[in-house]
Amino acid sequence: MAKKKKTEENQTKELEKKEETIKEVPEEESKEVHDAEQPLEEIETSKEEPSEAEEKKEEMTRERVEAMQHFVFKQVSSIVFGMLSPKMIKKMASAKIVTPELYDKEGYPVDGGLMDVRLGVIDPGLRCKTCGSKLKECIGHFGYIELARSVVHIKFINVIHDLLRSTCRECSRILIPEDKIKTICRQLDVVEQEEGIEARRSMVKKVISDLKTINKCPHCKAKQQKISLEKPSTFMENEKRLSPIDVRARLEKIPDNDCLVFGINPKASRPEWMVLTILPIPPVTVRPSITLESGERSEDDLTHKLGDIVRINQRLFENINAGAPEIIIEDLWDLLQYHVTTFFDNNIAQLPPARHRSGQPLKTITDRIKSKEGRIRHNLAGKRTNFCARTVISPDPMLKINEVGVPLTVAMKLTVPETVNEWNAAYLKKFVEKGPAVYPGSNYIIRPDGKKKKITDETKEAALEELQPGYKIERHLMDGDIAIFNRQPSLHRMSMMCHRVKVLPYRTLRLNPVVCAPYNADFDGDEMNLHIPQTEEARAEAEILMEVQTQIVSPRYGLSVIGCLHDGISGNYILTKFLEMTREKAIDFLCSAGVIDFSRLPNKKVLNGREIFSSVLPEDFNFKGKSKSGEPVVIENGRLIEGVMDKVSLGGEGAGLLLRSLHKKYGASKTVEILHKILCLGIEALLRNGLSALISDTDLPAEANDKIQDILNSAEEEVSNVIKKFNAGELQSYPGKTLKETLELKILEILNRSRTKCGVVVKDFANKNAHSIIMAESGAVGSYLNVSQISACAGQQVLRGKRIEKGYKGRTLSCFKPGDLSPAAHGFVRNGFKHGLKPGEFFFHAILGRDSLMDTALRTPKSGYLYRRLANAMQDLRTEYDESVRDANGRIIQFKYGEDGIDVARSESGKIDVQKIIDES
Amino acid sequence: MAKKIDITKHLLVPKHVLVSDSEKKKVTDTLKLSGKELPRMLKTDPSLADLKVKDGDVIKIIRDSKTAGKTVFYRRIISS
Repeated sequence: MAKKKKTEENQTKELEKKEETIKEVPEEESKEVHDAEQPLEEIETSKEEPSEAEEKKEEMTRERVEAMQHFVFKQVSSIVFGMLSPKMIKKMASAKIVTPELYDKEGYPVDGGLMDVRLGVIDPGLRCKTCGSKLKECIGHFGYIELARSVVHIKFINVIHDLLRSTCRECSRILIPEDKIKTICRQLDVVEQEEGIEARRSMVKKVISDLKTINKCPHCKAKQQKISLEKPSTFMENEKRLSPIDVRARLEKIPDNDCLVFGINPKASRPEWMVLTILPIPPVTVRPSITLESGERSEDDLTHKLGDIVRINQRLFENINAGAPEIIIEDLWDLLQYHVTTFFDNNIAQLPPARHRSGQPLKTITDRIKSKEGRIRHNLAGKRTNFCARTVISPDPMLKINEVGVPLTVAMKLTVPETVNEWNAAYLKKFVEKGPAVYPGSNYIIRPDGKKKKITDETKEAALEELQPGYKIERHLMDGDIAIFNRQPSLHRMSMMCHRVKVLPYRTLRLNPVVCAPYNADFDGDEMNLHIPQTEEARAEAEILMEVQTQIVSPRYGLSVIGCLHDGISGNYILTKFLEMTREKAIDFLCSAGVIDFSRLPNKKVLNGREIFSSVLPEDFNFKGKSKSGEPVVIENGRLIEGVMDKVSLGGEGAGLLLRSLHKKYGASKTVEILHKILCLGIEALLRNGLSALISDTDLPAEANDKIQDILNSAEEEVSNVIKKFNAGELQSYPGKTLKETLELKILEILNRSRTKCGVVVKDFANKNAHSIIMAESGAVGSYLNVSQISACAGQQVLRGKRIEKGYKGRTLSCFKPGDLSPAAHGFVRNGFKHGLKPGEFFFHAILGRDSLMDTALRTPKSGYLYRRLANAMQDLRTEYDESVRDANGRIIQFKYGEDGIDVARSESGKIDVQKIIDES
Repeated sequence: MAKKIDITKHLLVPKHVLVSDSEKKKVTDTLKLSGKELPRMLKTDPSLADLKVKDGDVIKIIRDSKTAGKTVFYRRIISS
C-alpha cells in the first residue's frame, strides 16, 4: 500500500516536472507552474492507521472492515504550484549526467550517460540502481546536468520580459512607490475575493502595463532604459544585449514582497528560477528506447534532444576552461540556448524546429502535452472501453423492438463473465469445452485471484480440470444478454438504450426500424456502437433505467418517440380502411403476423380489417381520437368501431396518441408488445396487397386541370393588377414596410395562396385508392403538397423569405426585361414536376435546391455547437424534492420545475387533462 | 423634453412586490434557504423605483408563464 502511494506521488512529480516546462502565466498569484518540491511538502499526511500486522490481530468488527475499505494513507489537503529551484532539481536527482554517450561497446548504459541505470529501468529483468525495484514497479528517477552558462527558459520568456520592464535596472525594486505597493496589494486581494482569480489576473496585467512608461525608479531615482524582447529569447536594453546571466542577476535582486505584486508566490517560485542554471533530466521511463527487429536500438526523441544539450554543454565547458575567444563562447552559448529551447518546445515561431536526420521534426515536451493528440486531451480526457462493438446498421422488422441483432463474429469476440458456483458448474463447463472457436463457447477463464487465462484448444483440458466455484468464465454473447446500444451524437437520453442481444448471421448490427426515431438513425451507412455491461449491477441498472420500453415517452414533449413508421402506418391504414377477408384468411393473416390469440375475432364468415386489427388490442381498452383527415376514431372495449389507423394514432415522434394512451393504461412493456404486433400487422398487410408509387397516381382528370389553370391564371392576373396599382402609386403600404416591400409581400401572398388552392383541387380530385395518395393520406410518407407539386404546380420558389431577386441588375435572368415584376421573372414555377419545368423555372428551382443544401451543411455544425454549449451550461441543474430547480451550489434557478411543476415525461404533451382524469375515474 | 415613462406600468415589466417579514420567513422555511440561494437583484433596479427596499429584502415577482399562466419568482436585494 505504502509503496503504491509512493508511486503515485512520484508520478505526479514526474508530470509536474514536465508541466513546469510549459504553462505559466506569471502575473497570477496562485501560480500554475507545477512544482515537484512544494506540493510534496504541502501534502499533509495522516498516518494514524495501525500497521497491517497489528490490524490482523484485532478482531474484525464491522467498523474495522469499513475502516479498511476506506483506507486513507495520505490525504491531500492542498496543492501549491510553483517552479523547480536549482536546489530542488539537485535534490530530487539521482544522477549527474556528464557525457552524451549512451552505451559502451558491450551495449551497456554508460555511467553518467543519458541512459544511466540510476535513472530507472526499461529492460525487463533488470533492477533499478536507485530504488531496487523491477521494470514497471520503478517509475524512474530524475537526473540533472549543470549548464556551463545559464539559459532562459523559453516558456517563461514573457514573464521575464514583464519582470525586467517593471523593475528598476539598478535596485531591482518594482517601479511603484513604497506606499502604493501596499494599496495595490490590498486592491488585488479585494478584487480576488469579489470577482475571483481571473479578475485578479487581469488586474495584475493592467498594473504591469501601466509601469511600461515609467522611466525613473521611485526608490533609487535611477534612470530606466527600455528593454525589448528580441524573439525568440534575447533581451535588449537600448541596443545592448542582456545575457541570461545579467537577466538572472536582476531577477535575483527582486525582493520577495515585490514578487507578490506580480502574482508570483516567492515561497514557491523565485523569479530567477526562470533562468536555468541546471537542467533536470527526465527519467528513462519517460523516454524509453525501442529495440528494432534488427536488434538495433532506436532512441526516443527526447533522448536525442538531451544528447544535443549535453554535447554542446560539454563543448562550452571545455572552451570556457581553455579560455577560448568570447565569440566562440557566445556562439556555443546561443547553440545551447537553442537546444534547451527546442527541448521544451519545438514549435517556436522564430526558431527552425530541430529535426531528425530524416527531416521530420522532433517531438519534444510541449508536443507531448499539447493539442488534441497530446497527453491531456488524448490520454487523460479521452476514454476508450473494452467489450464494445461498432459496425454499420441495417433494419430488421422481424426483431423485437427491444432487441439488437449482433453478428455471430462479433458475438464470439464480446463476452459476458459468469461466476462458477455449484449450481451452474455443469452449465458453464459446456462453454469451456467448446473453446473460443465454436459458437456458444468461451474465451477466457479468470481465477479467483484475478489472473486471466486464455482458453485455447491446448489449454482447454487444463482449464476444465481447474474449474471450480469462484472461478469466472468469459462466455460468448448469447441471445437475451443485455447490451447498451448507442448512436452518436448522443444528444438525449434515448440515444443510448438497453437492448437484448439476438445473435444473427452476416456482418451488420441490426435494429427494428421503429427505434430509428430515438437514435435518429437511418441506413445510408450509419454506424452504431454496442457495449456489453460486465457486472450484475451494471446489467440491472441498464435494464431498469434504460431499456427501450422505459424510453418510449420522451421527456421533451411527453408523447411517444417510438411508434410505427412508413410500412407500419400505411399497412395498418390499408388494413383498417380497405381490407376484408374470410375467417380462414384472417386467421392465416394474423398467424403470419405472429398473433396467435384469435379468441377476440368475431364469429363471422367475413371479417373486416378493423376487426382483425382489434384482436391485438387489450380487451378493456377505450380510446377516442381523430384520424389525420379529421374523422373520429373510436375504440370501445378493445374493438375498433370506427375510423382508420394512421400516423396520428400509431406514429412516433410526437404523434401516436393511441400508443400514448396504451402506455398510460397498460405500461411500457405491454405497449412495446402491442406496438410490435401492430407493426407486424402492417407489414403483413403490405406483403399481401403490395404498395408502390405509380406515375399515374398523380394523374388528374381534365376537369381538375382546367380548374388549376383557372386558379393560376387568376392569380397571375391579380398579381399584374397589384403591380399596376404599384406603378400608378395607388398601393397602400403596410405599417413599417416600404411600398416595394409591400408589393413583394402581396405578390408572395397571392402566389402562395394559389398553390394552396391547387393543393385543395388536387386533394378533391385525387383517387383515394391510388398508392401514393394512400401514403400521403395515412401520413406514412409524402403529403398532398408533394402530390400537387408533381401534378399541378410547383409554386413560388422562395429564397430567404423573398421571391428570387438575385442575378443581373434589375432582373433575374437575361431573358426578362429589366424591372419585370411578373411572377415568372421572380421564380414562380407554374408547371408541375410531371409536366416538366421551363428552362427559367428549372433554373430557379435549382437555385433553391442548392441553397437548401448549403443551408443544411452550414447549419448542422452550428446548431450542434449551440446545443453543446447549452447542455454543458445546464448539466448540473437538477430538480430537488421541493420542486425547485437548483444548480450545484444550491442556488435556485426556478422556483418550480418548468414553472408549473409538471414532469413532462409523465404528462401528455406537457399538460395534465383534468377532465379526462375525472371522466375515466 | 422627453416624456417620463413609468416603466413599471410597461407591458413587459412584471409586477414586483415587496415581501413582508412573515411571508419571507415562510418562503425561507419551505425552500430551506440559508440566504445565498435566492437569485439576486440590484437595489437600483429600475423596476423597484416605486418600492422602498433595503439590503436583504425579498422581492416577489409575478410573471406571465407559458406553462403555468402566472408564476412567482423571488429575488433578494443586494446593494452592489
